[in-house]
Amino acid sequence: MVVAGGAAGAARPAERMRISGMKRLLESEKVLAITLLTPGVVILVLFIAYPFVMALWYSLTSIRVGDPGHFVGLTNFAKAWNDTVFQLAFRNTVFYTFWATIFKLALGMWLALLLNRSFRFKRIVRASMLLPFIIPTVLSAFAWRWMFDPTFSVMNWVLFHMGIITDRLPFLSNGDWAMWCAVVVNTWRGMPFFAITLLAGLQTISPDLHEAAALDGASAWHRFWHVTWPLLLPVTLVVVVFSVIQTFSDFQLIYVLTGGGPANTTHLVATYAYQVGVASGLLGEGAALSLFMFPVLFAVVWFQLRYLKRMEAH
Amino acid sequence: MLIERKWKKWFYFYIPMAVFIVFTLFPFYWMAVTAFRPDGELYRTWRQANATPFWTLEPTLEHLKGLLQTTAFPQWLWNTMLIALVSTAISLVCGTFAGYALARLKFRGSEFLGTAIFITYLVPQTLLFIPLADIIRDMHLGNTPWALMLTYPTILIPFCTWLLMGYFKTIPKELEECARIDGATRFGAMVRIIFPVAIPGILSAGIFAFTLSWNEFIYALVFMSSAELKTVPVGVVSELIRGDIFFWGQLMAGALLGSVPVALVYSFFVEYYVTGLTGSVKG
Repeated sequence: MVVAGGAAGAARPAERMRISGMKRLLESEKVLAITLLTPGVVILVLFIAYPFVMALWYSLTSIRVGDPGHFVGLTNFAKAWNDTVFQLAFRNTVFYTFWATIFKLALGMWLALLLNRSFRFKRIVRASMLLPFIIPTVLSAFAWRWMFDPTFSVMNWVLFHMGIITDRLPFLSNGDWAMWCAVVVNTWRGMPFFAITLLAGLQTISPDLHEAAALDGASAWHRFWHVTWPLLLPVTLVVVVFSVIQTFSDFQLIYVLTGGGPANTTHLVATYAYQVGVASGLLGEGAALSLFMFPVLFAVVWFQLRYLKRMEAH
Repeated sequence: MLIERKWKKWFYFYIPMAVFIVFTLFPFYWMAVTAFRPDGELYRTWRQANATPFWTLEPTLEHLKGLLQTTAFPQWLWNTMLIALVSTAISLVCGTFAGYALARLKFRGSEFLGTAIFITYLVPQTLLFIPLADIIRDMHLGNTPWALMLTYPTILIPFCTWLLMGYFKTIPKELEECARIDGATRFGAMVRIIFPVAIPGILSAGIFAFTLSWNEFIYALVFMSSAELKTVPVGVVSELIRGDIFFWGQLMAGALLGSVPVALVYSFFVEYYVTGLTGSVKG
C-alpha cells in the first residue's frame, strides 16, 4: 500500500511537467496545426490518395482476382477503347449526365421560385420536397423499378385508363426507354438539391430589385432573366458542378433500376467497371474502365477551382 | 406590391406546386401502399378490370412480418445505424479540427492543404472501389464494420472540414483573444470557447454526414460479404431478390422501414440539414 501510494505520488509531478510541456508545444501555431490536421489527412491519404495511385498501377497491369498479373502498358485502355459495350456505356454516361443536369436545373429553379413565395404550410412543403434526396437512393430506386414493372406498372395502368395508350409502354425493357427512365429518376432524386440551394440563393436577393423592375414595366420573365438569373449565377454554377460530378460517376441508380440491361444497353461507366472489375474479377481492366471518368471529372474540378479563385480575387 | 388575379395564382402557383408535390411524393406513397397490400392484389396485371392500384381494402402486415422474421433485416438496420453513427463521429472530430486549423491558424501550405481537401471532396467512390477493396482486405478489415467506418469518413471529412472552416471564419477572433488574455491556452480556448459557439455548424455537418452514410452503397456492396454484416441498402438488393424473383411486398416493406430512421432524424433537424446542404456547396 505504502509503496504503491509513494509511486503514484512520485509519478504525478513528472506527468504534470509532461502535460505542461505539451501545452507549451501546442501554443505554437505550427505544431497545433499539424496536430489538428493529422487525423483527417491520414484517413484521406490512406483511403483516397493511396487507392487512387493503386488504381493507376492496376490499370497498367493484368491483375485479376487471385493473380497479381504483370505490367502490360496501355493494353487495358486500348481494349476498353475498342470495346463496343464500353463505348455505349460512355455515351450513355454523357447522355445521362447532360439531360439529367438540364432537367434538374430547370425544374429545380422552377421549384425554388415557387418555394420562394409565402404560402400556407410552406415549411412542411419545403421539408417534404427534400425527401427524395434524403432517402437512400437504392431504396427509392426500387420503388421506381416497381412503378416501371413491365406487367404491373401503375403508370401503364393510369395511361391506359386515361385512354392515352392501348398497349403497355416498354419502360425498362427497351434500352432507349430505359435510359430516359433513368434520367427521370435521377432528376426526381437530384431536383430537391438544386431547389433548396437555389432557394437559399434567392433569399439573398432583395425584393426591392424586383419591385423596381416591375415598376419599370418588366414582365415576370424579364424580371427573372435580367435580375434573378444573373444574381443567382454563382450559386447555380457551383451546384451544377457538384451535380455533374455526382451524376457522371453515378452507380447505384442504374445498378438497381436496370443493372445495365437489357443486353448491356444502359450501362454507365461506373456500372460497367463494376461488372468487369468485381463481378468478373478482372481488376486491371475494371480500374482502367473507371479511370476513363477521370479526365472529365478533372476538367470539371479544374473549372470549379479556377472559378473559385476568380471569385476570391473580386 | 405585385397584385395577382385569382386565376393567375392558380395557373402560376397552385397547379405547378401540386404537380411538383405529386411527382416528389408519389414513389413514397407507392412504396407504402405496396408494403401493406396482400400478394393476391399485388400481382394483378394493369389491364384487369378489378385492379384498384391506388389503395387497398385489405391491408396486411404479412410482408413486414416476413421481412422481420425470415431475413436479417433488423440486423442490417442496426449495422447501418452503428456504421453511420461511428463514421459521422470520426468525420466530425477530424473535420472540426481540420476546419479550425485551416480557418484560424497561420502555417505554410495551409492554402494548398485546403485546396487538396476540397479536391478529395470531388473524387467519387466509383473511381476508387476496385483497389480500395484490396487495400481493405490487406489491412484485414474486409467483411468487418470497420471497413465502412473508416472509408465512409473519406466521403464525409472533406465537406465537414469545408463547412466548418466557413463556420469558424464567421466567429469573431476577439472571442478567442479575450480567453487567451484571461490565461487560457490556445488549445483550451479552441475547445472551451470556440467549439461550443460552433455547435450549430457541427450539428449541421453531423446531420448531413449521417444521411450521406445512410445512403452510401458501392463500398458496402464491395467490402461486405456476410449476409448478417450488410447495411440496409445492400441487404435489400442482395438478399431480398432470390434468383430472378422479386418479392415486391417484402422489398417495399424493406425500403419503407429502411427509410424511416433517416427520415425521422431529418425531420427533427430540417433546418440544420438545410444549412448543411447549402453550406456544403458554398465553400
